[in-house]
Amino acid sequence: MAETEGVRRRDFINIAAVSAAGVAGVGIVIPLISQMSASADVLAASSTEIDISAIQPGQAIKAIFRKQPVFVRNLTPKEIEEANAVDASSLRDPQTLAERTKEGKENWLITMGVCTHLGCVPLGAGEGEVKGEFGGYFCPCHGSSYDTAARIRKGPAPSNLEVPEYEFSSDTVVKIG
Amino acid sequence: MSFPWANEYKPNHPFMQWMDEKLPIPRLVYNAVGAGYPVPRNLNYFWNFGFLALICLTIQIVTGIVMAMHYAANTAVAFDTIEQTVRDVNWGWAMRYAHANGASAFFVVIYIHIFRGLYYGSYKAPREMVWLLGVVIFLLMMATAFMGYVLPWGQMSFWGAKVITGLFGAIPFVGEPLQQWLLGGFAPDNAALNRFFSLHYLLPFVIVGVVVLHIWALHIPGSSNPTGVEVKSESDTVPFYPYFIAKDGWAVGAFALLFSIAVFYFPNALGHPDNYIPANPMSTPAHIVPEWYFWPFYAILRAFTQDFFIIPAKLMGVLAMFGAILVWFFLPWLDRSPVRSSNYRPAYKKFFWFGLIPTMAVLFYCGGAPAEEPYVMLSQLAALYYFAHFLIVLPVVSAIEKPLPLPYSITESVLGHDEGSHLRPAHGATEAVHPETAPGHTA
Repeated sequence: MAETEGVRRRDFINIAAVSAAGVAGVGIVIPLISQMSASADVLAASSTEIDISAIQPGQAIKAIFRKQPVFVRNLTPKEIEEANAVDASSLRDPQTLAERTKEGKENWLITMGVCTHLGCVPLGAGEGEVKGEFGGYFCPCHGSSYDTAARIRKGPAPSNLEVPEYEFSSDTVVKIG
Repeated sequence: MSFPWANEYKPNHPFMQWMDEKLPIPRLVYNAVGAGYPVPRNLNYFWNFGFLALICLTIQIVTGIVMAMHYAANTAVAFDTIEQTVRDVNWGWAMRYAHANGASAFFVVIYIHIFRGLYYGSYKAPREMVWLLGVVIFLLMMATAFMGYVLPWGQMSFWGAKVITGLFGAIPFVGEPLQQWLLGGFAPDNAALNRFFSLHYLLPFVIVGVVVLHIWALHIPGSSNPTGVEVKSESDTVPFYPYFIAKDGWAVGAFALLFSIAVFYFPNALGHPDNYIPANPMSTPAHIVPEWYFWPFYAILRAFTQDFFIIPAKLMGVLAMFGAILVWFFLPWLDRSPVRSSNYRPAYKKFFWFGLIPTMAVLFYCGGAPAEEPYVMLSQLAALYYFAHFLIVLPVVSAIEKPLPLPYSITESVLGHDEGSHLRPAHGATEAVHPETAPGHTA
């Protein structure tokens, strides 16, 4: 009973009880934190299919992917030429047009319509919208200008418009996400 | 926790005596905000703003509870339920506009309250804890106001939510998952709206709790005063009731007049027309600005346009914006001067009026202006001085400044003489500012 050395029975009970309470506490906190993450229905809507057959060269459409705009743009040969004329290593976020498109489909530029600065929707995808001084997209919030490969060229945005994961299901259908 | 000469609570009515034995709430009230709380007799009108802040919090909670009875936190109907409240619900317009303008009024009052604390050195020992709790209340207020502004689900609501949660996305590595966790999705949507409503309802009651601590911590040393000299004797104080209840009552009347003018005649003057357009995730308003009370901090956020070594400009802006408030937590230790009131600090007073105040004015203006020159450069200069003021000017000036002689006591500052002043030591100015010697500290 009155042991003075080693681990006493009372110490063991104390440690075991506190440990069990700690584990239980963590077990309670995990669901409380996890419930705030994107729910299954939100995740289920996280891929989208787009019919691109009607988009003529020089045109672009805005689609919705994960509740955010995505720009699908059919580049003209001139726009592709402009994008390739730039030395990629001189850019803030160095990438070539080829790296931002699928092989053999260089005219299809598919990017998020979310400015990488603070998340505004840049102009330039809709009919008659200003495209900025580099002919791609222009964010009206803080003046970021993107070129015809949607690469950041001027203004506060830190990186190019994000290219989401996508694949061509067929020649006329793109599956994003 | 009061001065020895404080009036003692002596209930006469048998019921009150019975109550005092079982649950002495009347005693607590009497000692906290009644005749049992002695207050320095020389408080000026700036000392009314703490009480006014409490009035604002009450207005926000009462009108907010009413708003919640008519509001539905669902992206499909949220915008409409607000319009319905304004147009169809009996007195709904009054509740809605009192709540929206009440937020602005709250911030006006709190900014003056903070200004008072900065000018009169209320943050210094022995009241550091009062100040720290005040900064916590301010942060909670900002979070509550931000989430409240999202609830009507208009264009500014949506894009404000997107930009502000986007700030968390600037944090390296964990930023994007953190942002998605905060929103419960990839962009502000129903999940975000619901949790913002839940927290918007919760946080005001958290604020009430911290306000109780704030007042509790204040009542240990007792209220500060415009001379910064601690209370020495009974002739320095008057009881809170009736003297300052009456004065606070006058201030509430003046506040109510101005508040009513805003609510009844200019209910949308501080709002944005864009927020009367339902949220549209596909189209950004041409000019996104937060509510006016966030402008100084928004200006600091946008002042960083260049990468700083390996830290991207966007992250620098976020760090600076949060740092602008976090620096307040260190204020009691950055300011080394034993003199509290700037009235007796000739050098610091100049930096305060010609440095900090114009800087805040510039930041306020630039935060609401478009992000173009000359506003960006002005924000940068102002942000530079803002941090320099707290991190360089304040410690350096407080170390080298020679303060003016302080009055022996509050009584002397009011009447020109104090019978107890023959006790004055050779250098009255230095003695008067040692908080440990103040009677309230040990009482």
